[in-house]
Amino acid sequence: MPRSAYQPASRSPVTRSRAFYSVRLWSVRHSRGLERIYKLLAGIFLKLHPFWTFVGYKRAEKPVVLVEKAVKSFLFDCRMCGQCALSDTGMSCPMNCPKSLRNGPCGGVRANGNCEVEPDMPCVWVEAWKGSRHMRAGDNILKVQPPVDHSWRGSSAWLRATAEAAEEKAAAKEGAPTS
Amino acid sequence: MTAAAHDHGAQLPPLPGHTSRGRLERVLRAGEFAVTAELNPPDSADPNEVFERGAVFDGWVDGINATDGSGANCHMSSVGICALLTRVGYSPVMQISCRDHNRIAIQGNVLGAAAMGVNNILCLTGDGVQAGDQPGAKPVFDLDSMSLLRTIRQMRDEGRFLSGRKITSPPQVFLGAAINPFAPPYDFRPHRLAKKIEAGAQFVQSQYCFDIVMLERYMEMVRDMGLDEQCFILIGVGPLASARAAKWIRANVPGIHIPDAVIERLEGAADQKLEGKKICIEMLQQVHEMKGVSGAHVMAYRQEELVAEIVHESGVLKGRRPWKRENNPDFEAVSGAFESVKEQIRHPVDPAEAVAAVSEEH
Repeated sequence: MPRSAYQPASRSPVTRSRAFYSVRLWSVRHSRGLERIYKLLAGIFLKLHPFWTFVGYKRAEKPVVLVEKAVKSFLFDCRMCGQCALSDTGMSCPMNCPKSLRNGPCGGVRANGNCEVEPDMPCVWVEAWKGSRHMRAGDNILKVQPPVDHSWRGSSAWLRATAEAAEEKAAAKEGAPTS
Repeated sequence: MTAAAHDHGAQLPPLPGHTSRGRLERVLRAGEFAVTAELNPPDSADPNEVFERGAVFDGWVDGINATDGSGANCHMSSVGICALLTRVGYSPVMQISCRDHNRIAIQGNVLGAAAMGVNNILCLTGDGVQAGDQPGAKPVFDLDSMSLLRTIRQMRDEGRFLSGRKITSPPQVFLGAAINPFAPPYDFRPHRLAKKIEAGAQFVQSQYCFDIVMLERYMEMVRDMGLDEQCFILIGVGPLASARAAKWIRANVPGIHIPDAVIERLEGAADQKLEGKKICIEMLQQVHEMKGVSGAHVMAYRQEELVAEIVHESGVLKGRRPWKRENNPDFEAVSGAFESVKEQIRHPVDPAEAVAAVSEEH
C-alpha cells in the first residue's frame, strides 16, 4: 500500500470541531421556516424592483452585498458564490463542500455521515438531503445544477434573483395579451 | 495508407442507436455481461510499462479503465495512457476527474482523446487532494461529475462547447459515471444515480462491493425507479490481499465499506490471498445473478494478474471471449515493442495454464 494514502482525522486542513458547525446545522434543521422567510423576502425584493432600477442595480450591489454576506455567512457559512442554491439544497450551502459539489454527495462520505476531506465536519450533502426532506420544494434537490459561474463570485445572489424574476414577470405580462 | 487500414484500430463501423464506435457499448447493448478492469498507471515515461500492464487483461475484459490520478496521487495521465492503449488497439475507458483540470482543459482533453480513438469516458469528481501524495496542491473542482457529464454530452449531441462555440467534428463517446451504493445518505443514492442519468450517464461503474445485502437493497430501489433500464450498471469487485490490508483500506480509504464478516473470513483462512480471491469470485458470481446488473468492474490493485483468473474461474463470461488485441498496422513500431515486452515478462497468455500453476502452488 502506498505510504501516501489517505490519513484520517489528524490531517484535517483546518482544525475544527463539530461546534463550529452548530449554526449551519441549526439552519438545516429549520429549513422549512427559513424557506418561508426566504420566499417572503424574495417577494419584498421583487416589489422593490422599481426602487432598485431607480437607484440602479449596480449601485445597490454594494450595500445589499454587505447585508446579504453578514446574514448568510452567519446562518449558512455562505461563501458568496453569487448564485445561491440554498433553496434547492435543503438550506445547506454546497460551497462548503471541500470539492464544491453542487449536485449531491461524493462517494467518500464516511459511515458516520461526515466528510472525507474534513473528518470532523458533517457532510454538507448528507445535511442537505435531511434539510430538503422538511421543505415544501424539497424535491428541487433532484434538479441538475449547472456549473458555477466563477465570474459572479462576491456579487449579490438576491439582487440577481430579483432582476431575473422581474424580467420573467415582465415577459409574462408582455406575452399575456397576445396569448 | 488506405481507409481500411485506418479503420483497423479500435473504431468499429457506426451502428444506429449507438453513440460511440467502441466495443464496450456494443457488448452492453447486445445484452452480454460486460467485464472491465482497471489499469494501474505507471510512474514512468516508458510506454512499454503501459503495454505490459494492459497485456495482462488481454482477451478477458471489454474495457480497460485508465485512472486519472486516482487517490490524488500523481501517475501517468489518463489521456497519455489512453493514447498508448488505442495505438495498439485496446478499448480504454478514460477517466476524467474534476480535481485537476478546469472546464477549458477538460473539454480540450475530451476532443484530444476522441481524436486518439477513445470511445468511453468515465466522469468523476475525484478524490480530494488531501488523500494523495501532494496535499498542498490546489484543488480545482471547477465542474462536478454531474456538470462534467452534461458538458461532454452537449459536446457530443449538440456539437458545441460549454460556451456554445461550434465543434466541427463532435467526440463520439459512450459516457459513464461512478456510483457508490455503500456510503450515506443511502436513500439519496438512487436519486443521485437518476440525476447522473439525466445529466447524460449511459453506464455506471460502482465502488468496490463487499456487501451483497447492501447492494441488493440499493438495486431494489434502483429497479423500482426503473433506472436499470435507462443505464448499464457495472458493479465493482476486487480481491483483498489479506485481512490486514482489508482493515487498512477500511480505515484509510474513504468510501469503501468492508463488513466485519469478510475480515473475519480472511483472518480465519490459511492462505489469506487465496481466500481474498475466492471472496471476489463469489461476489462476482452473485453480482452476475443480480437483476438489473449489466456487468462488473474488476479492480485488482497491484494484483492485476489475478483479473484473468477471477473472470475465468467465476464463469461470468459464459464462454464469450472478449476481443483480443491485434496488431494495428498503423503503429507497427509500437506493436513490435509490445510483442518483445510480452515475451520478456512471460505473462500468462493462457489463463487456464496460469490457474493450473496457481493451484499447484497451493
